Amino acid sequence: MANKNNKKRDTHTISMLVANKPGVLVRVAMVFARRGYNIDALVVSPSVNPLYSRMTITAKGDPNTLDQIIKQAAKLIDMIHTEEHSDVDAIHRELALLKVKATPANKATIVKLAKKFRTHIVNENDKAIIIEQTGTTDELDAMEMLLKKHGITEMVRSGKLVMAKGKEST
Amino acid sequence: MTPKHKTKTHSKFLSPKQITGAEALVKCLENNGVEYIFGLPGGSVIPIFDALVNSKIKLVLVRHEQGATHMADGYARATGKPGVVLVTSGPGATNTVTGIMTAHMDSVPMVVLTGQTISPMLGKDAFQEADIVGISMPAVKHSYLVKNTNDIPRILKEAFYITNTGRPGPVLIDLPKDMVAGPFTGSLDPKMDIPGYTVPAKGNQKDILKMAKMFNEAKKPLLLVGHGAVIAKAEDAVRAFVRKLKIPVTNTLLGKGVFPETDPLNLGMLGMHGTAYANKALINCDLICSVGSRWDDRINGNNAEFCVGAKKLHIDIDPAEMGKIVKPDASVVGDARLVLEELIKHVEPQDTRAWIEELAFYRTEFPLKYSNDHGLTAQKVIDELYQLTKGKATIVTDVGQHQMWAAQFCLTEHGRKWLSSGGAGTMGYGFPAAVGAQFGTPKELVVAIVGDGGFQMTMPELATVAVHKLPVKVIIINNRFLGMVRQWQELFFGNRLSGVDLEGSPDFVKLAEAYGIKGIRISKVEDVRSKLLEALDHNGPVLIDAEVIKEGNVFPMVPAGKSAHHIIIEPPTTQLEKPTGST
Repeated sequence: MANKNNKKRDTHTISMLVANKPGVLVRVAMVFARRGYNIDALVVSPSVNPLYSRMTITAKGDPNTLDQIIKQAAKLIDMIHTEEHSDVDAIHRELALLKVKATPANKATIVKLAKKFRTHIVNENDKAIIIEQTGTTDELDAMEMLLKKHGITEMVRSGKLVMAKGKEST
Repeated sequence: MTPKHKTKTHSKFLSPKQITGAEALVKCLENNGVEYIFGLPGGSVIPIFDALVNSKIKLVLVRHEQGATHMADGYARATGKPGVVLVTSGPGATNTVTGIMTAHMDSVPMVVLTGQTISPMLGKDAFQEADIVGISMPAVKHSYLVKNTNDIPRILKEAFYITNTGRPGPVLIDLPKDMVAGPFTGSLDPKMDIPGYTVPAKGNQKDILKMAKMFNEAKKPLLLVGHGAVIAKAEDAVRAFVRKLKIPVTNTLLGKGVFPETDPLNLGMLGMHGTAYANKALINCDLICSVGSRWDDRINGNNAEFCVGAKKLHIDIDPAEMGKIVKPDASVVGDARLVLEELIKHVEPQDTRAWIEELAFYRTEFPLKYSNDHGLTAQKVIDELYQLTKGKATIVTDVGQHQMWAAQFCLTEHGRKWLSSGGAGTMGYGFPAAVGAQFGTPKELVVAIVGDGGFQMTMPELATVAVHKLPVKVIIINNRFLGMVRQWQELFFGNRLSGVDLEGSPDFVKLAEAYGIKGIRISKVEDVRSKLLEALDHNGPVLIDAEVIKEGNVFPMVPAGKSAHHIIIEPPTTQLEKPTGST
């Protein structure tokens, strides 16, 4: 098992602006799959121009292989722009929904924790609490760790979104 | 329908008479300069074949769709123009996959039109439905599924532009039957819509100057030319560059002819079965500059030991090739011709005499050779063919031992006079590719050199040759073995022959005659010249069955995964360890 620092260094965030057409996702995914590279998270969403979509991909692995993947993906005819982003040059955000088992004993602690992390409780009854959290990957990881001991029954994370800072394009 | 809607549909480009999607398609093919279509019909493409009846485009009916793709490929490599394939849906489409992948690996322009079930039935397992866009995706430069009849002209325009610009590659267009059978009301000359596609042209000046400086500091430079130089029409630029600097040149299998192989500065092909002197140059050079080659594993062998200590320079139009295999010390992304035309202005001739002499010594010490003492060899047949044609013929090969012998002995004077499946190594390529080349260059002498194994994979195209009375000459180097695999089994696997004996092959002379084609058998050393002359003089197709010794081996040989240091020049007397490299 790689230690946490290694894991972090090996994680890459790639933003792609692609033509909004059927099959583009397959073409991009194939560039990764062919080289045995696993995609950890993928977000596809409309861009400000309806002709194009934005893909944000988080992937782990050897940087040389990733460099080749980015170059090969950039060659796709439907690829308008592709860029790898570091933590420094771009804003990174993720959203998580966490369902935690609620008991009379732990409910108050969970509510306190949710407040401390500036998250929202979006649904609750006497069996379960659903917490919505937006933040960096690290913040989401930390919250997950803390809630684990209270029993997370379900978790859905959006995958990372990035936007380049300043006037640079993403 | 409101009047407003009507005016919108009736643009100024609307044809006076209502036409179908298929008719629009054929018109666009004509407008894109297509002269031949290689194909085979089926239910979903009958409307297109129907539209071809009234077209000036000539249809070449094949016997198997793989043959059509290799013909289109041979046509494209011989002429520089995209080859066009038209097949039906389902199995018709899947039969093109090997040919598409072959073209993709060697950067060959090709437009493949596949039939498809009607669009309401897509994904419902309709009769002869295959997801050919999905199946072919990793092997195409780009592909389209037509979803609107009026998109056909734009898609064709884009396809022809994409396939033959930048680094060429095949483009597939999947045509649901209702799209081609339905009415066409759009423009035949629309605008392209490919904002994501850019073609690098001139290289970056700073990169070029960096490269020039390295050339000016090198004592033992070596130029490596590949297929990219052929594609970029860089022949004159390469020649001027080499003549100015007086530096040795080696070429990849597909780079043959960019710099004349008869020139003393040309060391011939390098790599696994390249000349000993080209491989010695690899070991001893202090600079190697690739022009349109991708440092294939047949050249590098072992990347860690490849040209250690030499500066590695890379010129390629594909940015993804930079650093893919070899980390270059200097690189220029751009068109090979344009880059060399700029680079030549900044390089100065250095004294390369000692370097040239060193390589000349290797050439005399380790020449390519063969013996006539133990029966008829493949080399004798190929060498004799070369002596008779002297670089005038277009040589098309299949894949295997004969291909390597042909690469060694058929010296090539110009690009596009040597066609061979390099990257893919597709057996069955040679014969149909020669057919396509002959269609594209009807005045040229086209000779296919094939093995008895590969030939049998696509030999139904003898019918295509017979119908069109194409004067293509096919030489089967017949050793009754899948020779290259047998050679590996002999050298590396204790001669445990497994699955290589081609017993049961037909009498090829009789086979030719069954198609009404002239068949000639060569079995004696003393007959080679006269029989080849007889074939070359014949005004029509000829199939030559050259019965060569069964167990000839190709040398030199660098075992897969090894560096050029480990070159085997003479047949080894001991068992060799199993190769570690890819295939």
